[in-house]
Amino acid sequence: MTQPAAFLASLGRPVLAALATIGRVTLFAGAILGHILRPPFYVREFGQALLQIGWYSLPVVGLTAIFTGGALALQIYAGGSRFNAEAVVPSIVAIGMARELGPVLGGLMVAARVASSIAAEIGTMKVTEQIDALVTLSTNPMKYLAVPRVLAATLSMPILVAVGDAIGIMGGWLVGITRLDFNSAAYLRNTVDFLEPWDVGSGLVKGAVFGFIVAVMGCYHGMNSARGAQGVGRATKSAVVSASVLILAANYLLTELFFSA
Amino acid sequence: MITLSQVQKSFGANRVLAGIDLVIPKASSMVIIGGSGTGKSVLLKCILGLVRPDAGTITLDGADVTTGDREAFLARFGMLFQGGALFDSLRVWENVAFRLTRGRTPLPKADARAIAVEKLRRVGLGPATADLYPAELSGGMQKRVGLARAIAANPEIIFFDEPTTGLDPIMAGVINALIREIVVEMGVTAMTITHDMSSVRAIADNVAMLHGGVIRWTGPVTDMDATDDPYVQQFIHGRADGPIASVR
Ligand SMILES: Nc1ncnc2c1ncn2[C@@H]1O[C@H](COP(=O)(O)OP(=O)(O)OP(=O)(O)O)[C@@H](O)[C@H]1O
Ligand SMILES: [Mg+2]
Repeated sequence: MTQPAAFLASLGRPVLAALATIGRVTLFAGAILGHILRPPFYVREFGQALLQIGWYSLPVVGLTAIFTGGALALQIYAGGSRFNAEAVVPSIVAIGMARELGPVLGGLMVAARVASSIAAEIGTMKVTEQIDALVTLSTNPMKYLAVPRVLAATLSMPILVAVGDAIGIMGGWLVGITRLDFNSAAYLRNTVDFLEPWDVGSGLVKGAVFGFIVAVMGCYHGMNSARGAQGVGRATKSAVVSASVLILAANYLLTELFFSA
Repeated sequence: MITLSQVQKSFGANRVLAGIDLVIPKASSMVIIGGSGTGKSVLLKCILGLVRPDAGTITLDGADVTTGDREAFLARFGMLFQGGALFDSLRVWENVAFRLTRGRTPLPKADARAIAVEKLRRVGLGPATADLYPAELSGGMQKRVGLARAIAANPEIIFFDEPTTGLDPIMAGVINALIREIVVEMGVTAMTITHDMSSVRAIADNVAMLHGGVIRWTGPVTDMDATDDPYVQQFIHGRADGPIASVR
């Protein structure tokens, strides 16, 4: 190959590889959606996934939200005071949490917690031939492993986001009344008056999408894990990184879709 | 009857199976021998469709294994994986009864458990093991649970990937006798991979030796000692010098 051609090839190869991966992930996600509606349904696995993904993520999502709400109140106060607009703190905290920070930070925390554990678990099953064993026992690994997790993540993320929103707004309120001289009742009234249903609803929809992304990336990388402990390690890392990046990208697209004038 | 013709499989540049021809008659016991890393496990996985061969055909009772109802096909098989491959989130008895409690005609839980406990007894494990998790078992015990799972649904065809590796000599004898019994009494077709020559003699009707990606020798176990194939001779006598290189 001539030098320019070699250079072009070295540019093209990763692009083609990336496109191929996007194609494979899309097919994988499509296959999961196809399996969701067709029996058999694994109810026990779904229940366990709900517990693992939804319930046990509550503390980390709550802690993230309370500190974020608090910091947000301080920053908005500082910014607002430049225009003598300190009074916007309650409503901006609420809108910011409900529309953006609740779903995005909740999604990222769940990506760190759940995408990693799904990828590690399924990846270990793959390298120890447990997935092969499932197939020989006439059980479809997509149905038995992927569908319950994807369903559980997609359904529980909006609830986690709602809880995160409430706790984040509480964090802002706590900082507002203890550090910023807000009147408690006035702060809460202001929050309620200016928060619209779609502010919250859009965040919940985002949450569902992010939950889907998290579980699909965990399952995809787990099932395609390379052999050995190193393979599982790499699958786990890829699951968290790709889920996080996709969440941020999807968040931008959804925000465009929902709120661009 | 399982028939393989010209089955080939490579992993990247690593050519593992280079054209396998083999016939496993119904209700007989075929034992596959061959050096470590020659592709014995891959061969079994090709038949089950867990690994897709690059070329060649595999038929079961005359029908190509890649066509037809896959679930019905797999329902005829039991497989013991080399590493056990137990589901570590499930208890021992749930592992053994996995196929019984799912699929088209699931058994009630109590019945499935009773069958699991009985199968565990046959591989030399007491009822106390039934409620443990796989991680709480020794390697040899895990192997035997895998064996119990492979035979649990009384399949017609069973593949055993190194059933006696990691077992003490007495337990190995028990397992050899069990496999032989399943073949003779229940008319099961068995395909066993083993490195243990006493197992070969105890289990096999026929023996096939895999080397260099092809079946180097195959024949009845009674002919194995008499063959003048230098590869088989070196293998069954465990000699360091011979046509099979000791570094590979
Ligand atoms: N999924 C895979 N990806 C890449 N290479 C593989 C894969 N499975 C098997 N191999 C390679 O195929 C070859 C044969 O492997 P296999 O497990 O069949 O050996 P074996 O004959 O069963 O050996 P042993 O007696 O040690 O179990 C090895 O070189 C192995 O590295
Ligand atoms: Mg092997």
